[in-house]
Amino acid sequence: MDTSVKTKAERRRKWTTAMLLAPATLWYAVLLLLPLVTIVIFSFGERGPAGGYIPAFTFDNYLNLPTRSKAFFNTMTLAPLGTLACLLIAYPLAYYLAIVANKKYKTLLLVLVIVPFWTSLLVRTYAWIFILGGQGLPKLLAFIGFEGVRMINTPGAVLIGIIYIYLPLMVFPIYVSLEKLDTRLLEASSDLGASPLRTFFQVTLPLSIPGLATGSMMVFILLMGEFIIPQMLGGGKVYFIGNALVDVFLQSRNWPFGAAFAVSLVLIMLVTITVYMRYMSKLAGGRDDVSVM
Amino acid sequence: MTNKDNKSITETEFMNELYRYKKGSVSRRHFMQVTGLSTAMAVVAGSAPAMFAGSAFAAEDLGNRLNFATWPNYMDENNIAAFTEATGVHVNVSVFGSNEEMLAKLQAGGTGWDVFVPTNYTISTYADLGLIQEIDLSRIPNFSKEHNDPVFTEQGIYNGKVYTVPKDWGTTGYVINTAHTRSDMTSWKEFWDSAMNEYSSRAIVHDYQLTAIGNALKYFGYSFNSVDPAELADAEKLMIEVKPHLFAVTSDYQPGMRSGDAWLSMCWTGDAVQLQRDIPTMAYVLGKEGGEIWSDFYAIPTGAPNLAAAYAFLNFMQDPEVNAREGIAHGYPLIDSRAIDLLPEDLKNNPILYPAAELLSALEFGAAVSLTNPDRAELMARFKAA
Repeated sequence: MDTSVKTKAERRRKWTTAMLLAPATLWYAVLLLLPLVTIVIFSFGERGPAGGYIPAFTFDNYLNLPTRSKAFFNTMTLAPLGTLACLLIAYPLAYYLAIVANKKYKTLLLVLVIVPFWTSLLVRTYAWIFILGGQGLPKLLAFIGFEGVRMINTPGAVLIGIIYIYLPLMVFPIYVSLEKLDTRLLEASSDLGASPLRTFFQVTLPLSIPGLATGSMMVFILLMGEFIIPQMLGGGKVYFIGNALVDVFLQSRNWPFGAAFAVSLVLIMLVTITVYMRYMSKLAGGRDDVSVM
Repeated sequence: MTNKDNKSITETEFMNELYRYKKGSVSRRHFMQVTGLSTAMAVVAGSAPAMFAGSAFAAEDLGNRLNFATWPNYMDENNIAAFTEATGVHVNVSVFGSNEEMLAKLQAGGTGWDVFVPTNYTISTYADLGLIQEIDLSRIPNFSKEHNDPVFTEQGIYNGKVYTVPKDWGTTGYVINTAHTRSDMTSWKEFWDSAMNEYSSRAIVHDYQLTAIGNALKYFGYSFNSVDPAELADAEKLMIEVKPHLFAVTSDYQPGMRSGDAWLSMCWTGDAVQLQRDIPTMAYVLGKEGGEIWSDFYAIPTGAPNLAAAYAFLNFMQDPEVNAREGIAHGYPLIDSRAIDLLPEDLKNNPILYPAAELLSALEFGAAVSLTNPDRAELMARFKAA
């Protein structure tokens, strides 16, 4: 009697869990796994005469990837560089917001970090076209004696755009992890004779690693697929994997080749992220609460 | 609850329901039902066609929606508003940057488009793939065959079947800002040579396979439409050589030209008209070796969900006055002579719009094979990734 009640309750609990997870499971199955499988299958196919996909089994699409090595090179340099730049700028800001800033203004300051999101990314990037264009900053520089500076349509312009657009994504996770920081630990460290610098590197920084790792991952993953910023601020001269994907799918209509691109991008991300997370958790002293988001 | 019977509702009850709806505590549907507004709406909607009695729209139910895919800056918003006012059909406009993109969307299916704007060289591909439907010209009484130049309308006919109605035409040349460049440039050879020499970092090439490659082929005097591997190899060599000297590879070249960063750019007629209108030192050059002449059309995709509205829209746009307003807005030469007659003199006499005959005669219509040829697509992708 007793056991049957127990199993009944248990069964009900399992049923509830399953029902609650069903929407997410369906979401992943239909919107992640299914497209992924389709892309893998497509990547071994051939381009149709007017574009599209014809079933086949060939490795040509993968063998053709090295012809676009520049796209891989640009992405694999500017994405980590952009992530690092975001990190270096975001950390002091997040530190200030979480620990130094007056509680009274904290909410206001946090809102200010989000404000740029209220306007479309496209509009803000267009604004940068004008800021970095000949009538913008270069004109100002010429005025103070630096003639002929070219900013728009360079890797530097793309990097500026990346930092501008992605900074808030880095600030918030770091802010959250620093917010939770028990300030008594800092006092203890100081009481035990550590210099502020040592306290930072031995207490604050390791404790903020989860936020730092999350922020970096978020920015890096999004950057690897980025195509609007290089398209608009790079003027078609700074070419990312994302741009190659757009071109191959929409211009060349070579779906199999595009699929091979996508698969290789997924593989690169998988490897990079695994290595990065291993390294980060080691840095955090083997704690197991460092996970991807 | 008396209003459950849907017979009557007092003023107080109505206001209460309105407040509940405004606060969001009841759905719009509930609000419409209890207040009887849905019935009222149905009556109004039912009588709407009668209000247009005598107009061509009264004959059939047009629905209330039309999905229209076109190019950027390519229509007069007031015309769209006027169409909606006359028919009750709301036009949902989506904008595309290339024929390839439109073709890719239609191939993938499920666009829901009722009318879209393809360029001449895509028609046969669309027709072969069964992506567009034959046009029943009897449903477009405003279209006048004898007033439309067959040079252009023939481009929209394939295997003897009419798949399109004409919109406008244009050329692909290049724009130069003579404040910075020589003003005596006349050829594609000069464009490419100067782009990698005296105007290095000042030139823009289209992010568009057909024109970027076509105009590189013209450097050597080959056909704009060549798919000959040896000729394409020459074009590729030139393009890769010029690439590091370019200001940009983009079809959105107006910002670069306007800011003064770029001094010359491949350019379509309408952009040249707009640029010159604002900056008089801009000049438009048609390469003397030749280049592209093109025409854009209205077409209806297979399975268009609002076919009746699509025909009403096409008929509306063929009205000479509407068409003339379109021409003033987008700055491209029109095809229908009745509409051209209504254009202001400065547009009619603008050599950018209506170039001299000897310059036109060297131009070629883009060919379907130039659009679909995989070698050209690959070449362009290599050029962009270089």
